[in-house]
Amino acid sequence: MDAVFNNMDLFWSGFLRSLGICLWGMVGSLILGTFIAACRVSPIPSLRWFGTSWVTLVRNCPLTVVLFFMAFGLPEIGINQSYYVFGVSALVIYTSAFVCEAIRSGINSVSAGQAEAARSIGLTFSQSLTQVVMPQAFRSIVPPLGSVIIAMFKNSAVVGAFGVGGDLWSVYKNLTSAQGYDGLPVITGVAVGYLCITLPAAAFLAYTERKVAIAR
Amino acid sequence: MTAQETAPVSAGRGEPLVVLSGVQKHFGQLHALKDIDLTVTRGEVVVVIGPSGSGKSTLCRTINRLETIDEGTITLDGQPLPAEGKELAALRAEVGMVFQSFNLFAHKTILENVTLGPIKVRGMKKEAAEKKARELLERVGVGHQAEKYPAQLSGGQQQRVAIARALAMEPKVMLFDEPTSALDPEMIKEVLDVMVDLAEQGMTMIVVTHEMGFARTAADRVVFMADGAIVEENTPEEFFTNPSSDRAKDFLGKILKH
Repeated sequence: MDAVFNNMDLFWSGFLRSLGICLWGMVGSLILGTFIAACRVSPIPSLRWFGTSWVTLVRNCPLTVVLFFMAFGLPEIGINQSYYVFGVSALVIYTSAFVCEAIRSGINSVSAGQAEAARSIGLTFSQSLTQVVMPQAFRSIVPPLGSVIIAMFKNSAVVGAFGVGGDLWSVYKNLTSAQGYDGLPVITGVAVGYLCITLPAAAFLAYTERKVAIAR
Repeated sequence: MTAQETAPVSAGRGEPLVVLSGVQKHFGQLHALKDIDLTVTRGEVVVVIGPSGSGKSTLCRTINRLETIDEGTITLDGQPLPAEGKELAALRAEVGMVFQSFNLFAHKTILENVTLGPIKVRGMKKEAAEKKARELLERVGVGHQAEKYPAQLSGGQQQRVAIARALAMEPKVMLFDEPTSALDPEMIKEVLDVMVDLAEQGMTMIVVTHEMGFARTAADRVVFMADGAIVEENTPEEFFTNPSSDRAKDFLGKILKH
């Protein structure tokens, strides 16, 4: 395990880099996914169409295709960004479709009568969502949304492998290919690094689930 | 509250308030509303009855646009119903609705159920809204339940809260969509009593119901629907004793026999 202990600083910076990708990915995909979900349940047909198309298109493309589209497609039409920005954006876009569907399934779990009652007292569409539907949907959103976020954390490795650089995955490539360490201890170290991100996330998720369950 | 609501509704009594004209509605192949013309005047209590599937609930729901219509016009106080957006929300604030399944907000207390609209839609201060809500809850007889959640109340109590929630918006007209159909027999009376009170105070009401007793006591007019069309309209007295259409005779024969 010398490969790990001798390179702790490298692992640490890789961990932070991966954590950064995960956190940006989470924040971005939650915001974008919520927006897309609002579009999908909106009373305005063109917004519904947009939301549905987005989910259909993005959810049915492999993440690597979304990544390549961003990194190699966009520069050809004159949009240039760092691989980091492209990588995180691809992750956000890809994950937003799943976030949207998790939120929408929660919204659908709230009986239609609740939204009708909200509208009948004069609440606008967004007030109905924020005051009546979402607070009740939240409890059934947490479990599937948590799975989506954890899957996204792991997908961040794909973003790393694709050449963002400096993250946990590139630590593996660096130590094994460039510096000639044995693969097994290094990849074990990388696995531990990812678990350090996903396990606390899973614990937080379980905690949130318990908390919203008690709330009523 | 009482001054607020009796003054404007009794003033101008008899003017047209809700006017449906040439309304058509389809659900796929089903012609749910067939060329409906109906005028409800200020202060009037109209009871809509008819067999299930006759379109009476759909009719009720078109008036605050929970159902859209395919053709025709609906006006409230002279204004056509807006299609969407903030204008539609503003219109719905003027039309109180009571549902068969109560639809109280499950995550909010009884008091919060009644104050949500006044605070969020009317921009009332929380204290003022709560004061008014407590008065309304007192009036419908559930004042002591204000801090509970809907699931802790009986069906009859929930429905009375739903009426208070609608009244808190000081609506111009109240729609009741089979308000007692989901209730146990002994709870029906407590809800009907509140509705009769409301009718006596001059509220304009459109009530879809199977409660013939309520129709006899409180209605100014009975509208009988079958197969999506208005078949017959009359005073309750005339309608129940001397229905003119065969469809109405058949219906009354079935429901009044037991």
